[in-house]
Amino acid sequence: MDVKSKALIRAEKLLPGNQDFTSITNDIAGVPEGKRTPIQWWLLFGFALSLLAIFVGSVGFLIWEGTGIWGINNPVFWGWAIINFVWWVGIGHAGTLISAILHLFRQNWRNAINRFAETMTLFAVICALVFPGIHVGRIWVAYWFLPLPNQMGMWPNMRSPLIWDFFAVFTYFTVSLLFWYTGLIPDLATLRDRAKGLKKKVYGFFALGWRGGNRQWQHYELAYLVLAGISTPLVLSVHSVVSSDFATSVIPGWHTTIFPPYFVAGAIYSGFGMVMTLSIIARKVYNLGHIITVEHLDKMAQIMLLTGCMVGYAYSMEFFVAWYSGNPYESFAFVNRALGPYWWGYWAMIFCNVVVPQFFWFEKYRRHIPFLFITSILVNIGMWFERFVIVVITLHRDFMPGAWAMYNPTIFDVSIYIGTFGLFFSGFLLFLRFLPMVSIAEAKLVLPESDPHHGHDHE
Amino acid sequence: MNKFGIIARFDTPEALVYAAEKVRGEGFTKFDCHSPFPIHGMDDAMGLERSKLGYLIGVMGLTGALFGFGLQTWIHSIEYPMNISGKPYFAYPAYAIITFELMVLFSAFGAVFGMMFFNRIPRFHHPVFYSEKFSDVSSDAFYVSIEVDDPKYDEKNVIDFLENIGGTEIEVLSDEN
Repeated sequence: MDVKSKALIRAEKLLPGNQDFTSITNDIAGVPEGKRTPIQWWLLFGFALSLLAIFVGSVGFLIWEGTGIWGINNPVFWGWAIINFVWWVGIGHAGTLISAILHLFRQNWRNAINRFAETMTLFAVICALVFPGIHVGRIWVAYWFLPLPNQMGMWPNMRSPLIWDFFAVFTYFTVSLLFWYTGLIPDLATLRDRAKGLKKKVYGFFALGWRGGNRQWQHYELAYLVLAGISTPLVLSVHSVVSSDFATSVIPGWHTTIFPPYFVAGAIYSGFGMVMTLSIIARKVYNLGHIITVEHLDKMAQIMLLTGCMVGYAYSMEFFVAWYSGNPYESFAFVNRALGPYWWGYWAMIFCNVVVPQFFWFEKYRRHIPFLFITSILVNIGMWFERFVIVVITLHRDFMPGAWAMYNPTIFDVSIYIGTFGLFFSGFLLFLRFLPMVSIAEAKLVLPESDPHHGHDHE
Repeated sequence: MNKFGIIARFDTPEALVYAAEKVRGEGFTKFDCHSPFPIHGMDDAMGLERSKLGYLIGVMGLTGALFGFGLQTWIHSIEYPMNISGKPYFAYPAYAIITFELMVLFSAFGAVFGMMFFNRIPRFHHPVFYSEKFSDVSSDAFYVSIEVDDPKYDEKNVIDFLENIGGTEIEVLSDEN
């Protein structure tokens, strides 16, 4: 780290107060080691478990009864299941962006939030994967997704974007898991060295006997760098492939080349919203305001402003191209979005994704924590509506007015969606309870004294 | 009583880099420098060569890409050619995505499992764990370890040497601690 970036870190107060290596270890490792779990944790966990029960019940009934319990109809064959799938995958993207892309750009401020964001990615992708899994109807043959040799000579159609999507999301999940676990190894060693009894054995098992020698760090750092390097194109590819599910079809409103970058920007936008929501709650509950600082929230708000503007640009460009193409079906599809029977969905999206982030031009709002909390939730509502607009509004009126229909979700659409929050939050809360929510090793790298040339002025 | 080596504690990353240079300068080869986080410049101080892991990852990535492309080509051109919405059997542009995804997947396996292979982990027993105090290395301590296997190893000399370069809490690691 050069003198300039050290000065920058001091000036930006990424780690305020008199912190040293010991205090960082104690503060972060102290959370999973704590004897008393905060009462807020129990309340949230109880709430998450009850949502999880709703999830298990609804999915159980879906498997028993079939997808007829959903509100999907002809022509809206894709309803909430695909909306929720795209929404959850999108949320996951911020985690990879923070851990991989910001690592490559040497943005050290990410060290306070990357573990957090990576875990969010894992659970968000699990929630996303639920939907393609359960929407197939006959869930017991879901393994037909895989290219497995079988006596029927039956193979997936590798020329279809839906199978690309399957490969992309599974690769994404696996690589995110490996990245997350690799980052966790030195921290598990820290927990192992501080724990006793059974806990020591469990943490020790997963720490793989890490002993922090530079002969280990050498390979470790390269592996981490390569994982960051390959995750970067991977994360950009995943939502691009998700968008191909739509863009390779011939439906007006879907058949556009702007979809891949537009989906990726939206994914990052919503993901940062979710990281913001979760980190505001966690820093409050665990008093970690000196590690996840207002500076971090400010920077996240800036990224939300950037990606929100990109999404807003895509919305207006879609309209322009629909008009400029001269294609009456394309033009109708967009007029119908803004002025059709689902106009409220479109304008909810515009409000949350285009209007709300404009407040982040002002430093006052980027540092106002209650404001950030509310906007971060609005961002995710807005991004849900974006997928609603794309899926439902596009499908419900296509070429022939005789084939038009309205779409109404049923209670089971709602309960499965609500239920995935139970899956997400119960997993996330268990993570907060048992694992360090901030990377202990990487948080120390932000301290000026972690640099061996600290105090020398020869640079 | 079997002896495995000697460890010495240093207080700062700076002192550890200095110690690494000295240990290396003295001609030791079987030594390691332990720290709670990777230290910039330590590879040079210890005289380590660049990690070979990158080559392994490259080979794995290439394998993944060839496997992905080969699998798709084999399925649609050889194993069961089937006309689906008039798409060509050998639709190579459509194979790009899965080829890429499998390249990334195999590279990631190469990176993580290759890292474990080069680091010889999982390994749950190691002589450095015989020391009680060594466990601080995952929090705020910096240690140098020199192994018995080192050709220049001589217990008394090594202890004196480590003391001279500023090491504290010097311990001889043996299985009877």
